[in-house]
Amino acid sequence: MGDILVVAEHLNGALDESTFELIGMANDLGNSVVAFIGGSDDMIGQLGAASKVVRVDAGADFNPETYGAALVAVADHVNPQVVLTSGSSMGMELANMLSAQKSWPLAVAATKVSIDGDVKAESALFGGKIIATTNLGSGPCVVAVVAGSAPADAGRKDGRPAVESVDMPATAGKVTFKKLIMPESADVDITTKDVLVAIGRGIGSKDDIEVAEELAEALDAAVAASRPIIDAGWLPKSRQVGKSGLKVKPKLYIALGISGAPEHLEGMKNSSTIIAINSDKNAPIFDVAHYGMVADLFDVVEELTEALD
Amino acid sequence: MKIVVPLKQVPDLVEDLELNDEGTGLDYEYLKMKLNEWDDHALEEALQIKEGGSAEVIAVAVDGEDVDKMLYTALAKGADKAVKITGANPYADNQELARVLANAISGMGADLVLVGVQSAGDRDGWLAPILATHLNMPTVSVVTGLEVNDGTATVHKEYSGGIMAEFDVALPAVIGVQAARQTPRYAPVSKVRQIQQSASIEEMAAGDVGDVVTSTVEEMRHPEKSGGARILSSVDEIVEVLKEKGVV
Repeated sequence: MGDILVVAEHLNGALDESTFELIGMANDLGNSVVAFIGGSDDMIGQLGAASKVVRVDAGADFNPETYGAALVAVADHVNPQVVLTSGSSMGMELANMLSAQKSWPLAVAATKVSIDGDVKAESALFGGKIIATTNLGSGPCVVAVVAGSAPADAGRKDGRPAVESVDMPATAGKVTFKKLIMPESADVDITTKDVLVAIGRGIGSKDDIEVAEELAEALDAAVAASRPIIDAGWLPKSRQVGKSGLKVKPKLYIALGISGAPEHLEGMKNSSTIIAINSDKNAPIFDVAHYGMVADLFDVVEELTEALD
Repeated sequence: MKIVVPLKQVPDLVEDLELNDEGTGLDYEYLKMKLNEWDDHALEEALQIKEGGSAEVIAVAVDGEDVDKMLYTALAKGADKAVKITGANPYADNQELARVLANAISGMGADLVLVGVQSAGDRDGWLAPILATHLNMPTVSVVTGLEVNDGTATVHKEYSGGIMAEFDVALPAVIGVQAARQTPRYAPVSKVRQIQQSASIEEMAAGDVGDVVTSTVEEMRHPEKSGGARILSSVDEIVEVLKEKGVV
């Protein structure tokens, strides 16, 4: 079996959980080698589950241009069978740039990777309504893996593996990192609430949020939301659950008019109890929910709020 | 300044997605298609830049069913020009689509290419970074804030947990737009009809696409229902669950 190159992801001086998930996955597939690009050397001491680390000094902060060029240099050095990145904002960019620059096949949105002669990846597409199996050939190839697809514990081990260095290649210098922007402090911290009433696209207008707020009040809950509600500017970013928002694990998560796209599920699927109310009986949210009701959310919520008063 | 916005149609996910007989792809015959919502955001952002200063906005799409309507709608919203690429596969995955678009866009003199960061069927990659590599332009994806000054785009790239990073990107560049600064505008049917009478869509042949990074779809299937939710049929039953879980 060939080397599996895992791209370590870090933000603000800390390794992302996905790094450990991917190392665990890589160890199951072959010989795990970690590409450690930029970032403080201290983090390498957490990569004990990998057989080797290849380091490039590309600056402490992610930059698609410099990190992209560094990853190409590491890939040339390692000559891996498969490169695994996270399906995150950073990981997707790196996976795509590597694939395009090296003409290596790529599968994204992957939840499973296997090697049996050929490398195969299973991806959740079309809002999770279709599962596709892609054959990427015998390698080299690139797979971007959805967060939470493998247990992080399997790839988490303190210790410093052998470290090799690769020189930072020259770039055109067209992208400049300026600063990180931290989120504004929130009026409500949805990650600490026992009960969340979450709303999605099924809420048709800003005024309709009131019905969710009334239910939340009756349950001593906070109102959270999926991406479309935040993009419309109806609720602040601090209420967003999902891939680019917050990860929550309340005792009870009530999903109102949320279809359950993979990006949203990533943020809430570990809630203890999930109740979903949606008018589309095929909505993927019903696959992760413990209880579901196929109905107009407004009818249900009004009746439920009354019943709780 | 010239802004090019590639537009792509994707299946409307509200519909049932049927598979082809081989089980290797969607059956597009009866599928209702609509503009990829992230492309709509990219178009909106381009129109906002145009309205905040001056820019020429060019919408580009691969020819296919209902593509004329999509392009006329873009013109009705405020795009200056619409270009239709003929002789290419309208259902191509992004690696192939990026080659087709790179061919078409490379001669346009674009300062900025705004691409929807993702689309519902993305299997073999994201369009923006692949297209950027073929056009040899710098790129940043998952962008929610964009400002252009003197040949530089200042962008905000989203990470998880509400954290963002600010980058300066030298133009010309390809930006993967996550969300426009405001909700994409709506073009009334009457205005689209009116544009259809007065404006025209330019056509351009796809030409030789060259080598495409290929991978094979062995199988597409609907996910197994994982036992899934216990379906409740009344509000009383929800209240029972809430009591059982100690919430009320």
